[in-house]
Amino acid sequence: MIINHPLLGPRDASEFTYLGDASLIDRPDWQAEDAQQQFHDYLYLRDNPAGEHRELWFHEQGDRSWLVVTRNTLTHEITGVELARDVAMQRGRGR
Amino acid sequence: MSQSNRTQGGHIDRSKTLRFTFNGSRLEGHPGDTLASALIANGVRLVGRSFKYHRPRGIFSAGSEEPNALVELRRDAHREPNTRATVTELFDGLAANSQNHRGPLRYDLLAVNDYLSPFLTAGFYYKTFMWPKAFWEKLYEPIIRASAGLGRLSMQEDPDAYDKGFLHCDLLIIGAGPAGLSAALTAARSGARVILADEDFRLGGRLNAETLEISGDSGADWAQATVAELSSMDNVRLMPRTTVYGAYDHGIYGAIERKTDHLADGGGKPRQVLWRIYSRRAILCAGATERSIAFGNNDRPGIMLAGSVRAYANRWAALPGRRVAVFTNNDDGWRTASDLAAQGAEIAAIVDTRERASLAAPAGAAVSMGTSVVDTKGRHGLKGVALSNGSTVECDCLAVSGGWSPNVHLTCHQRGRPVWRDDIAGFAPGPDLPDGMRVAGAANGSLTLAAALREGHEQASAAAGELGFSTVAKTPPAAEDEAVEASAFFHVKNDGPRAWIDLQNDVTAKDVKLAHQEGFRSVEHLKRYTTLGMATDQGKTANLLGLSVMAECTGRTIPETGTTIFRPPYTPVPIGAFAGRARGKEFRPTRLTTSHKWAEERGAVFVEAGQWLRAQWFPQSGETRWRESVDREAAAVRGSVGICDVTTLGKIDIQGRDAAEFLNKVYANGFAKLAVGKVRYGLMLREDGIVMDDGTTARLGENHFVMTTTTANAVSVFRHMEFCRQCLWPGLDVHLISATEQWAQFAVAGPRSRDLLRKAVDPEFDISSEAFPFMGCGEVSVFGGTPARLFRISFSGELAYEIAVPARYGDAMIRALMEVGEEFGVVPYGTEALSVLRIEKGHPVAAELCGQTTARDLGLGRMVSKKKDCIGNTLSERSNLNREDGLSLVGFAPVMRNDQLSAGAHFVSRGKPASTENDEGWMTSVAYSPELGHSIGLGFIAGGHERMGEIIQAADPLRGRTIEVRIVSPHFVDPEGERQRA
Repeated sequence: MIINHPLLGPRDASEFTYLGDASLIDRPDWQAEDAQQQFHDYLYLRDNPAGEHRELWFHEQGDRSWLVVTRNTLTHEITGVELARDVAMQRGRGR
Repeated sequence: MSQSNRTQGGHIDRSKTLRFTFNGSRLEGHPGDTLASALIANGVRLVGRSFKYHRPRGIFSAGSEEPNALVELRRDAHREPNTRATVTELFDGLAANSQNHRGPLRYDLLAVNDYLSPFLTAGFYYKTFMWPKAFWEKLYEPIIRASAGLGRLSMQEDPDAYDKGFLHCDLLIIGAGPAGLSAALTAARSGARVILADEDFRLGGRLNAETLEISGDSGADWAQATVAELSSMDNVRLMPRTTVYGAYDHGIYGAIERKTDHLADGGGKPRQVLWRIYSRRAILCAGATERSIAFGNNDRPGIMLAGSVRAYANRWAALPGRRVAVFTNNDDGWRTASDLAAQGAEIAAIVDTRERASLAAPAGAAVSMGTSVVDTKGRHGLKGVALSNGSTVECDCLAVSGGWSPNVHLTCHQRGRPVWRDDIAGFAPGPDLPDGMRVAGAANGSLTLAAALREGHEQASAAAGELGFSTVAKTPPAAEDEAVEASAFFHVKNDGPRAWIDLQNDVTAKDVKLAHQEGFRSVEHLKRYTTLGMATDQGKTANLLGLSVMAECTGRTIPETGTTIFRPPYTPVPIGAFAGRARGKEFRPTRLTTSHKWAEERGAVFVEAGQWLRAQWFPQSGETRWRESVDREAAAVRGSVGICDVTTLGKIDIQGRDAAEFLNKVYANGFAKLAVGKVRYGLMLREDGIVMDDGTTARLGENHFVMTTTTANAVSVFRHMEFCRQCLWPGLDVHLISATEQWAQFAVAGPRSRDLLRKAVDPEFDISSEAFPFMGCGEVSVFGGTPARLFRISFSGELAYEIAVPARYGDAMIRALMEVGEEFGVVPYGTEALSVLRIEKGHPVAAELCGQTTARDLGLGRMVSKKKDCIGNTLSERSNLNREDGLSLVGFAPVMRNDQLSAGAHFVSRGKPASTENDEGWMTSVAYSPELGHSIGLGFIAGGHERMGEIIQAADPLRGRTIEVRIVSPHFVDPEGERQRA
């Protein structure tokens, strides 16, 4: 597979380490009433879609960027690659 | 006279003679020959025995689809079993042996299996050898394993070198037959970067095997002229002897190039190179494979594919027979008759299953239309065939043509499914091709020469156009559309002798019918039950015949019956090529510390720690057992001073205005208030509350920290921290970089460590206990100005420091430290003594941080802050991780002082049997404590802290011993921790 890194251009997938669903960015609020339940769901409940999937890849043999890659799990077609940092900011994460 | 079957012409170099042996007999051939063509030229017909029935077999094809002619090539460790003689380029001194027979090839003792064939049908394993049960392992399986199979491995390490490489191109063209050459020419002239790969050593594909003409020249001459033009162009890379074996994601192709297989001696160069080819577009021009027809006893030596018989005659001037019969269901078979006749063979008969044919038979050939071959005779080689009209024909070669199947294999590698085409009675590539792939020529089901040239040109123009190259408007080379009319006839229906479908796996039409009878009707079940198409040739000549018999049984059409799809590799690829250089010691990098050379000079014994080599102990003269060295080293640290290289611990440099806040989030304990110049132990959790790693982190400045991780987790902790930084808290001003290899770090431990360091650290730095207390840190200089970092931390429990210098000073540093330490009796110590010292102090390492233990289990539960947001603290509060009867890390001492503890032993209460139900925990680490004079251990046991002093069994069934141990504090030495603060 080839991942089109937003900063470095097309790179071979072997340079990357895979983590999993990009929903891991949406870490719950530790002070919520039901924080334990929320963290449980965050950590253990995942969709396993046959089709488009947003997932986290780490450019370990490269610039050490975390990327959010949108990949079709049936065809391996990659339709989007974003810096995870940008995605996290857009989703309201900060400090 | 040798080469009795060699005729005139052909693409071989008669000016040179190559000597080779087959089963010990000395034979001759010429450059340009394959092993198979040379054997045919020498009149050798019997070349092997079949897989299951040990039937005599001869050469069947002229290419990589060969199911029969598998040989063991080369000698000793170089021996290579299951090598297809049809693609083995002849070289001087080649030695080949036939395989899968006991005794001489001609008189194989296991040919008895053929008479047992009624018992050896599909699924016979599952039916025949069920009882008595005990017979399977001792009797049946050994016999089956000894009698079935292919070639023998050398059982020695592969002595050849393999390499890997990467290539990039605009257009990859797979196959250099007429379509491929036409495509390459068009693409190359447009300026695109082209790679043209072909499995053969002579480019041209079927053009070399046919007598067809292109633009008035012979096809073979046109191919050579085209190759010459392409090889003169800078933007073209020609890759003969290269099989593109797999189509992967995003235009990536796998290819294996045979570099030295055609040479007697590779001269130490890589034997094969595994290429990963990155292409923007690809054109598959892989041609087509001829298939056989199933009829009685259709597997005898001398029965061959018609196109292959023609190839041997035309390309290699080698006649597979003197008196040749042709059995065909299509026009193409007739060309074999005319070409063979032109080469001087006698055409005994043309047997065509159809009622009419458009080509003329050569003079003297008896033509039988609407007729089939129903049986054959000749035990070690064909002598004659019986026809459905009752007549018999004497012949020594039967050329069979069942039509041509497009080589769709690579179109299926991304789950594409081939589609049936009635006009060619075969499967052609479907619409769902791998990304960027086009198909041209016979591979696309376009079986005539003119169509191949035209499609190659058109597909290359279109692909080059998509990439922005403008093709020089030119028409493809001209050729006639030869007659290729085919018919759907696969199988001569009768209940007579066995008709082979898959020659390599010995699957007959009866086996397919049996599979149908027993309910294995889907193609995937059929394949697995009968093993049809599962041999090393992947059933290239067999699959469609099997489908046709199943279709006949079920009363459906072939497309309704379906087809299996193909996976890589197209032809077998040696495991050695996938390994490349990454084998043995080179399997992964070996990392050496900066003190490695010095340690080697001291005779250190090394141990692998992840990728690192670390000194395990430093034996001195007179020490005969490792324990003597380790005990001495550990005692020296407690008594005076020792030095250990701890460079391999991960080091992460953390800087930024929010560095402290960031650490406060990744560590479970508090870091926000750590003062500059101080070090703190840090406990890192996973989000699920389990301990991930631990280490120390020093605050060198307001916005500058240095973290250490365990050696094993250096990479994963860094990855996790980058995740936290980029994905969870992207607003924090903090940056990370790994500095593990940039700093050489040494532990200097023992009551005299400060005295030693006073001689190393430059005098302007005060390292007295008041100025530099326990858990202090700072930047200093050593030996007159060399920059260094000093940390007063202790893993051994003694007064101890760690001192780091830039890696380039590491070697000088260890030598200088040893020199200034001489007056204190300094001793270098290795990882074993390090381990003894830490077990004596009850410090956990990887054996305790094993991915299933919590901070609470380790006795560190109170460190986990509940007042801040940090990774893992929320889920660490789950009730099941906080049970009263949960595991606790405690110490263990033997009740009988001289008993040795063993790591991995499980704890069972006294009086209970050592069984899983009674398991209360396990021993994680053990050592002999020189300080205490007996064996000590750490381990997890339920409710451990409440059970101090209790005696319990430590059961170690693996080593066959159970001893009694007492539960004690894990802090065996200096439990108050006074020494490290001295």
